[in-house]
Amino acid sequence: MTAFSIDRSELDSLFQALKKRGYEVVGPTLQDQAIVYDYIESSAELPVGMSDEQEAGSYRLKKRSDGALFAYAVGPHAWKKFLHPSHQRLWTVKKQKGDLQFISEKPNSIRYAFIGVRACDIAAMQVQDKVFLSGTEKNYFYKELRENTFIVGVNCSHAVSTCFCTSMQTGPKLLSGFDLSLTELIENERHIFLLKCGSKKGEEVLQELSYDQAKPAEQEAAQKLIENTSQQINKNLDVSNIQELFYQNYEHSHWEDVAERCLSCANCTMVCPTCFCTTVEDVSDLSGDHSERWQKWDSCFSLDFSYTHGTGPRRSSIKSRYRQWLTHKLATWIDQFGSSGCVGCGRCITWCPVGIDLTQEVAALRGIQK
Amino acid sequence: MSHSSTPKLAVWKFASCDGCQLSLLDCEDELLAISEKLEIAHFLEASRLQIAGPYDLSLVEGSITTAQDLEKIQKIRQQSKYLVCIGACATSGGIQALRNFQDVKEFSSAVYAKPHYIETLKTSTSIASHVLVDFELQGCPINKKQLIEVILAFLQQRQPNIPSYSVCVECKQAGKVCVMVASGTPCLGPVTHAGCGAVCPAYHRGCYACYGPMESPNTQALSRRWQDLGASRKDLVRVFRTFNAYANDFHKISEFHEKKEK
Ligand code: SF4
Ligand code: SF4
Ligand code: SF4
Repeated sequence: MTAFSIDRSELDSLFQALKKRGYEVVGPTLQDQAIVYDYIESSAELPVGMSDEQEAGSYRLKKRSDGALFAYAVGPHAWKKFLHPSHQRLWTVKKQKGDLQFISEKPNSIRYAFIGVRACDIAAMQVQDKVFLSGTEKNYFYKELRENTFIVGVNCSHAVSTCFCTSMQTGPKLLSGFDLSLTELIENERHIFLLKCGSKKGEEVLQELSYDQAKPAEQEAAQKLIENTSQQINKNLDVSNIQELFYQNYEHSHWEDVAERCLSCANCTMVCPTCFCTTVEDVSDLSGDHSERWQKWDSCFSLDFSYTHGTGPRRSSIKSRYRQWLTHKLATWIDQFGSSGCVGCGRCITWCPVGIDLTQEVAALRGIQK
Repeated sequence: MSHSSTPKLAVWKFASCDGCQLSLLDCEDELLAISEKLEIAHFLEASRLQIAGPYDLSLVEGSITTAQDLEKIQKIRQQSKYLVCIGACATSGGIQALRNFQDVKEFSSAVYAKPHYIETLKTSTSIASHVLVDFELQGCPINKKQLIEVILAFLQQRQPNIPSYSVCVECKQAGKVCVMVASGTPCLGPVTHAGCGAVCPAYHRGCYACYGPMESPNTQALSRRWQDLGASRKDLVRVFRTFNAYANDFHKISEFHEKKEK
């Protein structure tokens, strides 16, 4: 891949070029003391000069003096918020002169341009692709949105204590799955981006920017930056023989230990970029001749999730729900979809209100005290 | 309009502030449509008209606090095909259940000039502690959209869509940033029943648990987190003793902290 360089000021030209093509630009921005993903108009709405510190159960913003735009790790939102929204109408049924008329919902034709997608999050999209698009029944809501999305990836220049993409081999370097990739370089009063194209669409957009060929020194600096980020990561998840580990430990006493701490609040599944589970709700109005079926995010931590007719919830204990979550995420997911359900983004660790850390739970199952 | 085949609705009040019944009156847009589907046979907050039972659906607000209440709720149960409790008072005894932790005689003599006029039970308890109930809609006050959903579900003979998971699920679905994680603000959302739409976290405050306990609250684990964030035992007793103080899970944990405090 050829590397180019653009000036920081060209980022707004990138926004314009994307908008001109009919994309809704979405990217990181500050909201309620965190960096979230939302609609943004210009690069000024990015978290300019902001960084973060994350630990199990804790997230804090930190200011930087260099005006960097992407010097933080992933926040509470995952891109699934756009590609697999929390509420989706599936169909509507109307009663007309005694007949029932079913109207299926059309997929949303909105075209998103995601700015600043991290390597782990691209991996998460690829995991969800397998979930939604690989079987015989494709999720056409997801398919339409996913295919229409333009991805501007960014290489991570800063990792936090909850990151472990290196264990899952998903980051911090972007390898594929983007239309354009950026590496932010701030050196000697210069603020530039190294840019690579990952698709034809990306190449077309590049033509609308004013760019240079990247100099060898710049490429080296970018390479160093990413290596540095890798070295900042010290959380580790040992995935060797991970399926056997789980399948041989359904009855491990450690599950009781986690159950004492786990709130079954479902935050981990809500923030996880790969968790995809939903429920359906039929809603009707008072007239009785109009009803709709909605798909809503659900979680294996809710009691209703395992409710079966006649027997009630199959997983009534918190122990069984946490075990289900972790076993699926790290082991049965591989049987089901051919890859791990975890990309090492660390969100479930940071955003667990009581700071439960899956890497430590796995270590405990292995009999290692961390 | 003939009401002969229209199901009859009754709304009953026990010890309460009327806020939950008001939620029904608050359903301005839907109320007319509801009154076309249901004959409002007894709803003193709205009309003096009182049509005799039996009733197809009884909505019960308020807690049981007097000997008369005890008799009245039995009669209502006998006359009601379906009995749905609405609000924290009816589902857990309400804020007035704080008396259950004290000596009623002692404070009635402190408050009233002629305490012998006060005839009350020692406790304020939920409707379900006395009669069989068909559904409990939690909240202080209840969410009017959820109330309509419960009435609709009754009319259409289906399960109401009222999730009993935590407030956190609603908080995250709405894309809010967790106040506990991002600013260390103690929040009761993880042990609290969904329904409010995570109003408080949306305004950067911790959840106060107006909707009572969620389906499987781990109050011990959350208490430990609150302590890490600086809450004392006393604080913990207080936060679990509000609108739903006598709900089983909150009752147990506040007593636990009270004992530890001593
Ligand atoms: S399980 Fe946790 S670390 Fe793994 S992808 Fe999900 S949120 Fe990220
Ligand atoms: S692991 Fe943490 S976030 Fe997940 S359900 Fe348990 S307490 Fe909630
Ligand atoms: S703010 Fe409260 S309700 Fe929202 S996710 Fe955090 S703990 Fe749960």
